[in-house]
Amino acid sequence: MEEAVSLEVTPDEAARITREQRETKAAKSKNLLEVKNLSTHFFTPDGVVHAVDDVSFELGYGETLGLVGESGCGKSVTALSLTRLVPNPPGKIVSGSVVFDGVDLLKLSDEGMRKLRGKEIGFIFQDPLTSLNPTLTIGYQIAESIRQHMGLSKKASYDRVVELLDKVGIPRARDRLGDYPHQFSGGMRQRVMIAIALSCDPKLILADEPTTALDVTIQAQILELISVLSDEFGTAVLLITHDLGIAAGMCDRVNVMYAGRIVETGSVDVIFERPRMPYAWGLLDSLPRLDDVRSDRLRTIEGLPPLLINVPDACRFNPRCAYARDACRDHEPGLTPREEPGHYARCWATDKGGWIP
Amino acid sequence: MTAATERAAPAAEGGNGHDLVEVKNLKVYFPIRAGIFKTVQGTVKAVDDITFEVRRGETLGLVGESGCGKSTTGRALIRLREPTEGTVMFDGVDLTSLKTGPLRRLRRRMQIIFQDPYGSLDPRMTVGSIISEPLETHNLAKGEAKRERVAELLKMVGLDPSYVNRYPHEFSGGQRQRIGVARALAVEPEFIVCDEPISALDVSIQAQVLNLLTDLRDRLGLTYLFIAHDLSVVKHISDRVAVMYLGKIVEIGPPDTIYAAPAHPYTRALLSAVPVPDPQMERRRRRVILTGDVPSPANPPSGCRFHTRCWLYEQLGKPENCRTIDPPLREVGGTDQKAACHYAEDCIKSDVGVAHIDDRAVRHGTPEAALRVAHKSTAELMGEIPEGDIDKALIPSIEEVPPAGGSDEGGAKPN
Repeated sequence: MEEAVSLEVTPDEAARITREQRETKAAKSKNLLEVKNLSTHFFTPDGVVHAVDDVSFELGYGETLGLVGESGCGKSVTALSLTRLVPNPPGKIVSGSVVFDGVDLLKLSDEGMRKLRGKEIGFIFQDPLTSLNPTLTIGYQIAESIRQHMGLSKKASYDRVVELLDKVGIPRARDRLGDYPHQFSGGMRQRVMIAIALSCDPKLILADEPTTALDVTIQAQILELISVLSDEFGTAVLLITHDLGIAAGMCDRVNVMYAGRIVETGSVDVIFERPRMPYAWGLLDSLPRLDDVRSDRLRTIEGLPPLLINVPDACRFNPRCAYARDACRDHEPGLTPREEPGHYARCWATDKGGWIP
Repeated sequence: MTAATERAAPAAEGGNGHDLVEVKNLKVYFPIRAGIFKTVQGTVKAVDDITFEVRRGETLGLVGESGCGKSTTGRALIRLREPTEGTVMFDGVDLTSLKTGPLRRLRRRMQIIFQDPYGSLDPRMTVGSIISEPLETHNLAKGEAKRERVAELLKMVGLDPSYVNRYPHEFSGGQRQRIGVARALAVEPEFIVCDEPISALDVSIQAQVLNLLTDLRDRLGLTYLFIAHDLSVVKHISDRVAVMYLGKIVEIGPPDTIYAAPAHPYTRALLSAVPVPDPQMERRRRRVILTGDVPSPANPPSGCRFHTRCWLYEQLGKPENCRTIDPPLREVGGTDQKAACHYAEDCIKSDVGVAHIDDRAVRHGTPEAALRVAHKSTAELMGEIPEGDIDKALIPSIEEVPPAGGSDEGGAKPN
């Protein structure tokens, strides 16, 4: 980042090596995060919305896991549930467990949870303008969590702030401590958010659409920063995004969500090359791509995602699925294993004995 | 000159006039007012001296980052913004000097579709009245004819005509955007400015609206100025692409050239920043990461506006003319491609940022490559599934896919 020349070339060799290191590291240790049967419902006057329904997944130390899906599929509510930030009422985590580094977060006291958020788990949200306080200086906002969680003195905490701002690529960091968020551009504010997220050496960063509000060239800067720093600090990242391109570039593994369920999970290569769930095909096919020959029409997924009130026992994607048969309408398929280890899909058609080979 | 006088009578068939909109030296400046007396402290040069044309029947894509002036350009083209300087000729008529009456009559032939499907529809008007309003404004239809026309328009954009009495809040984002399209089509325009029409929509809905826009274009012979920040979308829909940076067009040409051999360093940087949904390619790609932010359009850099962030400028040892002389948009390569760079020839030759072009060849050569697998298996399957099992409504969208396998080679070679 600090090179004078604005040319950052990543030779594929180097990329492969870091990847292998990361993979072996992840393989050695047990999981940092284990989510089991998590369900979060919203109790509204119209009925109970099953926003997150029986979601289970795990995340290894230092791993980057993507949570992809369209708006309303439950990816953000999943992240909020992990940190118990679901607004209650109307939302409520109705069942499940979230074991983070050996501790069940859903059983933790409010005080214990508060000590964990910001320290063990850092956050990067979509909109840096609304997640930073406009009336406080940048320096104060970063130092705040450092003082709170690490018990450093005022001076020591500000030194750490300068160090962090340097790390995230903010020039003349010491001069900018007294600046307010509005004096920073969108990309710079997102860098500040990353500095706050990293301030207490967290084990996990929850990044909820971290670049959706930014331009592509700034997005590339921020994604590069997140991946370099998470490698350097060995931080695990749960990356929530609707952009499949970002997931392809950043993640080790990907969970595809649809209508409150994980419908497919696997390594990033498997998900993008051999998806086994028609929804994942549809998503990939409906993208106009830079790396594809132009065609006149895009394939589309007709219709809309279902309302999550009174969900029947059927595949939630069946009304929009070209391959649906009676089996799909009678019972909901489970998340069952496919060929590759770690690859699971929720689909009768591609399951054993299904009608898609 | 002769061409212009011939086309002065807009009723005449366009014949040789193959440019529908001609923009010459267009400038749109906004004053910055500050202090208690709101005195002018400076100007934001949102659009600064751009010249281009929109050809009859084509879709011109206009891409750039936020604040580059692409929306302002779109609005100035149909005079929703008064140009500070320069001319906009619509079918031979100079829009910039037109009085209100003739301008309104001409506006029937040009429409706009806005980005935000929530903000651009009046929440207190029914869908029927939203779509029929332009019909009334231009005295095009009354009574029963009007109702019929509204029903026809709703059908045309894929909505049920029985929705006429519903309000915008009863519709999803994609459906609202369809209503916006129907409203624009009501007056039978020739030219539509699509200002980020799908940016606010989800991926699967984006594809639906994009397909609708291309279908309508082909059926009604429309000309689009398609403004977007998403380069993949622009590549998909456009016949030609213009790239803007800080109020200037830095490159313009057909997508096959612009995306395969960009002649402006900014285009290359922009392309290399777009994530591609292919993990293997993402690992292989060589990125140009631009440092810093876009400079303020109130105080643009001297010479070439991009030189403060330009990788080629660094690579060439910071040549002086980049700092002092503003490069004009000029022909490069000779395939209808123009770029505003002193070193466009060097840029074309450079391999920076083109990773995915190389990769594309590789990618399409390997049969097991990502999506091809899905494409093929999908199409093979279509033969196996009995007709009755497939939801009728879904058949067209699947059958219209170019025959699988053929979509690699068949699409690559011009037929």
